[in-house]
Amino acid sequence: MGATLKDAAVIAGTGRTAFAKRLPESERALACRAIVAALDDAGIAPSEVDAFASYTMEETDEVEVAKAIGAGDVTFFAKAGYGGGGSCATVAHLAAAIATGQASVGVAWRSRKRGSGPRPWRNTAVQLPTPAQWTRPFGLLRPADEIGILARRYMHEYGATRDHFFNVALACRNRANQNPAAIMYDRPLTREMYMTSRWISEPLCLFDNCLETDGALACVVVAAERARDLRHRPVYVHSVAQGLPAQHHGMVNYWTDDPLTGPAWTAARQLWKQADFGPEDVDVAQIYDAFTPLIPLSLEGYGFCGRGEGAAFTEGGALETGGRLPLNTSGGGLSEAYVHGFNLITEGVRQLRGTSTAQVPDAATCLVTAGEGVPTSALLLRS
Amino acid sequence: MSTSMMPATDNGPDERLLLPVPDDDGAPFWAYAARHELRVQSCAACGELRFPPRPCCPHCQSFDHRWRRMSGRGRVWSYVVPHPPLLPAYAAQAPYTVVVVELADAPRIRLAGNLVAAPDAALNSVDPGRVRIGAAVKVAFHEQAPGVTVPRWLLERP
Repeated sequence: MGATLKDAAVIAGTGRTAFAKRLPESERALACRAIVAALDDAGIAPSEVDAFASYTMEETDEVEVAKAIGAGDVTFFAKAGYGGGGSCATVAHLAAAIATGQASVGVAWRSRKRGSGPRPWRNTAVQLPTPAQWTRPFGLLRPADEIGILARRYMHEYGATRDHFFNVALACRNRANQNPAAIMYDRPLTREMYMTSRWISEPLCLFDNCLETDGALACVVVAAERARDLRHRPVYVHSVAQGLPAQHHGMVNYWTDDPLTGPAWTAARQLWKQADFGPEDVDVAQIYDAFTPLIPLSLEGYGFCGRGEGAAFTEGGALETGGRLPLNTSGGGLSEAYVHGFNLITEGVRQLRGTSTAQVPDAATCLVTAGEGVPTSALLLRS
Repeated sequence: MSTSMMPATDNGPDERLLLPVPDDDGAPFWAYAARHELRVQSCAACGELRFPPRPCCPHCQSFDHRWRRMSGRGRVWSYVVPHPPLLPAYAAQAPYTVVVVELADAPRIRLAGNLVAAPDAALNSVDPGRVRIGAAVKVAFHEQAPGVTVPRWLLERP
């Protein structure tokens, strides 16, 4: 094997705006605030930035961000596909660009006004990608409807129950209750609340769905050689991966031989192949949680348990602090903020710096994943 | 075919269900549906069925294809019951049942559709409590707008 990205780059800084149902500023302004905060956190001047990476459904282009923050000449820019599936790919692309000498200081970000702005599924006036003709006329309109089909099949095949999905929602909410920045900071969740909440798309109820949020986040990636000059303990990008399985179709992936082995399985093979450690060595995980069933599916895909065992894995407090695999320690998309998964990256950095509001003692390794159910990406971070 | 996801009719909010927007590969499926035929694309060279339709056979890379007629029998592979918030026409008929049906002739081919009590019945005409994975279903055709027909699914044992 030739060149490797292993530990070649570090995340040097993170930044974010407040999270809320409604923020007054534009997505562009929020993006710039998060990026300026991340550069300040890293102790790096905006004029040093020469690389940008974002992912689709980002409305603010790098050309706008670069001129607003006062970036220097930019020699690398990239946009990963598939919305929430691209969050971790941004860091992967920057790490590759820096490791190969295409750039020296990279910024990745996500700015989103989904709390107060329009929801994509409501847009019926725009030509939709090919899959829409096979599903939308029948009322599979929202991501919750599309994932609900997979969730029902998963429950049928493996005996997963709503209690398993509740375990996921509860772990995220409990962590959010420790995080003053989380939208659900002061809103505890009980089993009674979960079981009696309204349906969104049976078998998914209100609390199986992520929050719709306004907010922005960013992180700064530099070469590992620069680590000694950094303001904070460096967080190494140990392994990266993207995953688009053979015959995969996107959200409505009902047509492959085995729709329950999604993009996580493909990304995981690549991720672990390049890593010095395995799933059993992961101290804390930030797993994309737009919907609760994505967690058991991802636990299986990334190898924390066998196929069909993801639901049972959530039992006995496994996902809570002190459990087998503490999950989404800022509250995740379900209870901190849904900013297309970027808050999972910044929380991974906090854990490895030792500054999380739900700190896992001596956490040295963290898995971060992007959206499952669409072509995805993942990062292994280590301190 | 239209190039946008148009409302079905202007006859009132209850009827503004979304219509399929076929692409070049999918158009024959909808043309056959309008003739009340359920057909799936197959490779003219190796015979493999494929869905959704696409220009090239993923098995042998042939660009020649045919449309093979299906019996219209199948089993429920999974289903979901959407509740509001939904687009108005769907909210008006919610909760309704969307099934993914595995075709009896081709178990790897699965089609999404609505489970209804009769071809032209409302989306919510079957009690969701009566649906289960594995239930036998048969295809029916519903003209959702003038000239636009969609396959729907009826329980074999209502």
